[in-house]
Amino acid sequence: MGEAIVFYGLSALILGFAVMVISTRDTVHSVLFLVVNFLLVAMLYVLLGAEFLAVIQVLVYAGGILVLYLFVVMLVNLKRPPETYQDPRRQTRLGLALSGAVLAEFVAIGVYGYTSPEGLPAVAAQAVEGGNVEQVGWVLYTNYLIPFEVASILLLVAMIGAIVLAQRDV
Amino acid sequence: MIDITPSHYMVLSATLFMIGVIGVMVRRNIIIIFMSIELMLNAVNVNLVAFSHQWQHVTGQVFALFVIAVAAAEAAVGLGIILAFYRNKETVNIDEMNVMRW
Repeated sequence: MGEAIVFYGLSALILGFAVMVISTRDTVHSVLFLVVNFLLVAMLYVLLGAEFLAVIQVLVYAGGILVLYLFVVMLVNLKRPPETYQDPRRQTRLGLALSGAVLAEFVAIGVYGYTSPEGLPAVAAQAVEGGNVEQVGWVLYTNYLIPFEVASILLLVAMIGAIVLAQRDV
Repeated sequence: MIDITPSHYMVLSATLFMIGVIGVMVRRNIIIIFMSIELMLNAVNVNLVAFSHQWQHVTGQVFALFVIAVAAAEAAVGLGIILAFYRNKETVNIDEMNVMRW
């Protein structure tokens, strides 16, 4: 009962702030709504028992990535409103209709395609005991060691790319 | 209705994802489009963590970590592209970014 109340409250807030993100005129307000949205999703992770991911969400998303966004919003000093010019070939209504159709499809899959917990395959026995952080660390550094290294190389490449793009003569 | 099943999380995740898609398709400010992409990645993470909870196995959370790493890389490169473009054309409106379009 308590979990249901928390879930529905958090869901309503998350969706409401997501709508605010894409509907406000002011880009700074949009970034701030996105911060609140990510903090609420971190609370949802705590509800799901993923404490480590909640901390990472707050540190990396709300702390790192969105500060980057705020910097760019401040650096891009617009002399005219950003959305004055509209391409006449832009199909906004068609895009909205298609998004609605795909959403209906997803919701139908989520509601009708889900089998009851008894029908699910047997849960694999948890190999490691201990808290959430210990489990995540164990799986990350044993089964997923190679993808972890690849992710670090991806971050290195992204860093080099960002440095090259930030140079004056690009 | 009272029991929170993965279906509930899937519906939440699908709705959040579609809000991101609508943002990408409707808005013309490229910074807001990038934020919509972050919303979509976040929706995927919600789904992964919900199923990780359902199966009592942390592999979903590990994948969500990888998604966060990719999102960080995407934000760094994407914002670099935005700044480089802004230096050249003094705009962030994607309808004016038509150099490479036929």
